[in-house]
Amino acid sequence: MSIRRTMATARRVLTQLRHDPRTIALLLVVPAMLMTLLAWILDDANWQRYAPGLLGIFPMLVMFLVTSVATLRERTSGTLERLLSMPMSKADFVVGYALAFGILATIQGIIVGGLCFTLLGLSMQGPTSLVLMVAVLDGLLGTAMGLFVSAFAQTEFQAVQFMPVALLPQFLLCGLIVPTDQLPSVLKFISTLLPLTYAFEAMQKLARNATVSSGFWADVAILVAMAVALLAAGTATLRRRTV
Amino acid sequence: MFDVAVRVSDLVVERGPVAALADISVNIASGRITGLLGPSGSGKSTLMRAIVGVQVVTSGSVTVLGLPAGEAELRSRVGYVTQAPSVYRDLTVRENLSYFQTIVGADPSDVDRVLEAVDLASVHKRLVKTLSGGQESRVSLATALLGKPELLILDEPTVGLDPVLRRDLWGLFHSLADSGLSLLVSSHVMDEASRCHDLLLMREGRLLAHGTESELLTKTSAPDIESAFLSLVDGHAA
Ligand SMILES: Nc1ncnc2c1ncn2[C@@H]1O[C@H](COP(=O)(O)OP(=O)(O)O)[C@@H](O)[C@H]1O
Ligand SMILES: [Mg+2]
Repeated sequence: MSIRRTMATARRVLTQLRHDPRTIALLLVVPAMLMTLLAWILDDANWQRYAPGLLGIFPMLVMFLVTSVATLRERTSGTLERLLSMPMSKADFVVGYALAFGILATIQGIIVGGLCFTLLGLSMQGPTSLVLMVAVLDGLLGTAMGLFVSAFAQTEFQAVQFMPVALLPQFLLCGLIVPTDQLPSVLKFISTLLPLTYAFEAMQKLARNATVSSGFWADVAILVAMAVALLAAGTATLRRRTV
Repeated sequence: MFDVAVRVSDLVVERGPVAALADISVNIASGRITGLLGPSGSGKSTLMRAIVGVQVVTSGSVTVLGLPAGEAELRSRVGYVTQAPSVYRDLTVRENLSYFQTIVGADPSDVDRVLEAVDLASVHKRLVKTLSGGQESRVSLATALLGKPELLILDEPTVGLDPVLRRDLWGLFHSLADSGLSLLVSSHVMDEASRCHDLLLMREGRLLAHGTESELLTKTSAPDIESAFLSLVDGHAA
């Protein structure tokens, strides 16, 4: 692995996005818009109840979407094959992507979090910096999942179809709609395997408790482990030789 | 005799139900331009992919610059241009080349050198997706020239280019060969034969002939390579 190639890859991915204002808007403006809409339609009690969890869900959703399409394009346009026939390691590629989308997730978190905590009157007990950290981790999880599923799609349309398959069940089971301990036991078990459950739970803890519990750090550790495992799985789908 | 840049022995590649390459053995000379000619579907791209080391092969061996094809060390010594241009269409010409220059580990000034070489200096600030097809494939070609490749594998680099550009590119290939590079250039257009030092004629995954243009014309008593190809096919069938 080489720092120079990894950084060049991250910079290249960000340059591509800079040429693409629509995607920037999807990443930065749409989540802010949706939160504003939500604050508008909910009364204050419900807003305080749902907003923290959604702060953890949006980054995963949009990063998944953008990464799965971007890496699918690399696979189908031949640029990935070209890179892997050059002196470039698979880790340079994957970490480069993770870095680029990690930076975007941070900017997204600052914009959306900043908006919620000021104009939209959201109050969370825990430290704001940790809210941002969990949001960025969620974004990275979305990136890792997107990279992985792009191996199983042939077209951009198919890549987008993975979103309802991979993300909507997580959305239903993560605890936002029904608390996980009130789920039927099979579903409750399944929910413990899904990353979004931990992202939601970590945000809930930050919303309720001023002191940061060890339970929170356990959620974060699981999120980190899942992101690393998914990135490794995504790396394994990159092949230098194909049939 | 010439040194050997690529040694292919008993190579078999199955792609889907068909044998894309059926037992190919050939030595490709170094420091020369070898033209890989054959109709569409004859296995040219598959052979090139096997030499670059991106193709899963069924059996046989490929040795490139003395090393097994696909070896890590070869990745900076072999330049490869795929048939379809493989560059980022949402980046400018220069952004593409700067990125690949970093990946290859070449000097930043190399970007201007290759831009001149493929005659794209005037459009270096344009997004690739706004270029013509011929310009886009030259961006892809320029990428393979970055750094100091010793062997260039070019899959149909001149298809669809206007005759003036085609002549200029062949001029470039010859100056590269004069400076010691080995080139393998494929084409499905037989009239590019006269631009190459050596020719490999392929059909249906098999090698029909290997030699210089004049050798092949003498052997088949044909007036041009197209007729030579036909007489070789008829000879095979008989
Ligand atoms: N991606 C692929 N999957 C399966 N078969 C392929 C693939 N690409 C090419 N082939 C088959 O392999 C054979 C050789 O193709 P190819 O090497 O692309 O020929 P050429 O470059 O001379 O046109 C053809 O029969 C073609 O149909
Ligand atoms: Mg081909």
